Amino acid sequence: MKRIPVSTTINGDAVEFLCEPEETLLDVLRDRLGMTGSKEGCGTGDCGACSVTVDGRLVCSCLMLGAEAQGREIGTIEGVSDGERLHVLQSKLLEHAALQCGICTPGIVVAAKSLLERNPDPDETEVRYWLAGNLCRCTGYDKIVRAVLDAAQEIRKG
Amino acid sequence: MPLDSKHGFSPRQFKVVGERPLRPDGIDKVTGRARFGADAFAPGMLFGKVLRSPHAHARIRSIDTSKAEALPGVKAVVTRADFATDVEEGETANVLENVMAGEKALYEGHAVAAVAAVSNSIAKKALKLIEVDYEVLPHVTDVEKAMEPGAPVLHDHIFTEGVEPKPSSPSNVCQRIEVGHGDVEKGFAEADVIVEHSFKTEATHQGYIEPHACLANMSADGSGELWGCTQGHFMVRDTCAALLGIDVSRLRVTASEIGGGFGGKTTVFLEPTALALSRKAGKPVKLVMTREEVFLASGPTSSTAIHVKIGAKKDGSITAGFAELKYQGGAFPGSPVEMGAMAAFACYDLENVKCVGWDVVTNRPKQAAYRAPGAPMAAFAVESVVSELAGKLGIDPIDLRLKNAAKEGTKSSYGPTFGPIGLVETLEAAKAHPHYAKKLGPNQGRGVASGFWFNFGGQTCTSLNVNIDGTCTLSVGTPDIGGSRASMCMMAAEELGIPYDNVRAIVADTSSLGYNDVTDGSRVTFASGLATITAAREAKKKLCERAAAMWGIPVEAVEWVDGEARPAGPNAGEFEPLSIADIAAVAGNTGGPIAGHYEVSADGAGPSFATHIVDAEVDPDTGRVWVNGYTVVQDAGKAIHPAYVEGQFQGGAVQGIGWVLNECYMYNDKGKMENAGFLDYRIPVASDLPMIDTVIVEVPNPGHPYGVRGVGETSIVPPLAAVANAVSAAVGVRLTELPMSPPRVLKALEDKGLV
Repeated sequence: MKRIPVSTTINGDAVEFLCEPEETLLDVLRDRLGMTGSKEGCGTGDCGACSVTVDGRLVCSCLMLGAEAQGREIGTIEGVSDGERLHVLQSKLLEHAALQCGICTPGIVVAAKSLLERNPDPDETEVRYWLAGNLCRCTGYDKIVRAVLDAAQEIRKG
Repeated sequence: MPLDSKHGFSPRQFKVVGERPLRPDGIDKVTGRARFGADAFAPGMLFGKVLRSPHAHARIRSIDTSKAEALPGVKAVVTRADFATDVEEGETANVLENVMAGEKALYEGHAVAAVAAVSNSIAKKALKLIEVDYEVLPHVTDVEKAMEPGAPVLHDHIFTEGVEPKPSSPSNVCQRIEVGHGDVEKGFAEADVIVEHSFKTEATHQGYIEPHACLANMSADGSGELWGCTQGHFMVRDTCAALLGIDVSRLRVTASEIGGGFGGKTTVFLEPTALALSRKAGKPVKLVMTREEVFLASGPTSSTAIHVKIGAKKDGSITAGFAELKYQGGAFPGSPVEMGAMAAFACYDLENVKCVGWDVVTNRPKQAAYRAPGAPMAAFAVESVVSELAGKLGIDPIDLRLKNAAKEGTKSSYGPTFGPIGLVETLEAAKAHPHYAKKLGPNQGRGVASGFWFNFGGQTCTSLNVNIDGTCTLSVGTPDIGGSRASMCMMAAEELGIPYDNVRAIVADTSSLGYNDVTDGSRVTFASGLATITAAREAKKKLCERAAAMWGIPVEAVEWVDGEARPAGPNAGEFEPLSIADIAAVAGNTGGPIAGHYEVSADGAGPSFATHIVDAEVDPDTGRVWVNGYTVVQDAGKAIHPAYVEGQFQGGAVQGIGWVLNECYMYNDKGKMENAGFLDYRIPVASDLPMIDTVIVEVPNPGHPYGVRGVGETSIVPPLAAVANAVSAAVGVRLTELPMSPPRVLKALEDKGLV
């Protein structure tokens, strides 16, 4: 099968890859680029475990073709922390014990970061609706919602 | 006490236990570095895919794999012929039959063949080239229909056990079981009020977010390695070895991080197939389920039909309890009906109690354990009836439960006599909780329910190695499914008197430790915790011995306090204390490495009880139910890491909410599942839910040094009934069928003439 050459930017780095026309961005990230932080929970855009940003928009990477990454700016979980320094959301999720198995956590981090970039002062309902596309089967969401609200407060304090 | 007294509970002040430190695997999980089942790659790796039956029930006349094998890029195709042929009848044979169909496909999604190819797309193409000649047979997916005479029979060799006389013809009813004591007929004769109802629950899936995945690598010398997500890698090793016909010692299994399980990863589905493909291809093979495959071909829990009858006197004392439980286990025997029957009335101190259970096969995927397997459905039925009884008697539902509650010394409905248990404490805490006094709004109802789970100990083997710098590495053999490494590190640090950060826990592979049972039965914090504490005590003893040798005094004159050896007693002499690091640094000169080990078949797990309070609001126009208040009160024995205990409470409650309101396996008339995806099989999302309040009760378990009881499973036992009681209160009609979806609730309102 003829492969498609793609030039893109991932977490600020220029990246080039070849992919098959049917491969999703998630397939490319995981299988071709070895970036396994984004997880495949459903492959149908229902669970949010593969959340990434594309030109700043929150996207399920399982619903986008790899070839569509051409010329875009992709943001993944691997780009959220800065070396040893965690993003405040990551620290707050840890502090609040807002993960159990942790498979949904990368998607939650990417999605919640996207929320806080749009609205640094969400209320509980907004957090719940924004994260409604990120399934978590372990926590019952209580601690996740608290962690995101706490992170928002921390960010607002500067 | 099941264990000798040195392992039993003794009260103490804790320094680390009961705190809420960050978990050791946390940073890897929030940054995406943690490697789960599908995150492993090997050089030269092939991609595997499984061909699955499109029919609910069909005889496999023949399979022709020649075209698939001829496709360029395909390196191996396997069918049942590539597995061991000498597997004995019984559970292992059932697992083999489930992993790869033999003569019949028993449910839609049953594996019939598999391929390994150089890419996913070639593997997918190859599946389409495999020709299977099916003779489609009549099917049955409903538990009660499967029990009827004349129902399509799945297995010619199943004759109902536990009935007299033994049936002369095969059926789908595998077994009748009975538990209880006393004389229920006499009890019902003494009752002033009797309430009885029939209930139905649908199958629900554990719904872990990580699909099953593994990477197998068999060598030409017949040995192999396997990486994958599982709740029990020792079980995976033993089962795979049996199914492939190889020695156990030749297989090394490493448990990846696990993205949820809840019981659904306590068996094998893909692993033997990946190994068979790898053996045939001579290359590593990765197999990952799609979400659709997870729904179709991994174990949901049973659907059930349950009848409950309870009698009581006017003062609320229950005179008799009876339940008949019918559970389907999918295509193979082994539904959790016995545990359902045992758990049904476990919350009550009853003179007369009887439960009859029926284990039934249907053309559905083989059920797997799901969090307190069997108990939530039984509790749904019993606790619904108990609450209705309270209404009929005009007694507060918590008071009625308190009046009849099981306590220390109660002969349980399933046999043993309870030791110290915390049911009464949970009921009292629930009654005193502000939630219980909150005023309800229009269309709202409040429900309460209690629940019980046995908990389990099991085979456990743990090693604690003291490193040269005085830090410790702890090897446990139980996969960490929800933060257990943190609690292991805490218990080791507590026992050694060193900082939490100085202990690092790993989940060791199957070649590095003795056998460990699966992470199930809420056993890990209890059993691996007990083994960790005991291993730390052994290490402490050795540290004291080394200190004694360094000082030249008898070991009896050394005591271990706050992470250091100190001379103690009148003849010890004057020495500066030796820290764990001081002793470890010179261990090579004083006798070699220092470690503690412990191996045990842990007993005395100590059951856990819970009481839940739920507020539900029903939209009278649509039948939509919102849960708008939820409080979990549960006995943890001792909460090692309270934040993760709360997390277990909250997670179990929410899974229960999904079970009551939304989730179910929907089958069409062809026996095919119609909602095999997260869009149509909708688990609760963040916007469906309120905050879940928690109260941790601590009645120490005498079978654990720190008093720990398992907590993971009990939390899903009460919510089905608690939510059902709240919804029934809100609509004014007793609802007896799950899920309580909007059409069903609306119909109940219409039938009652309420809308």
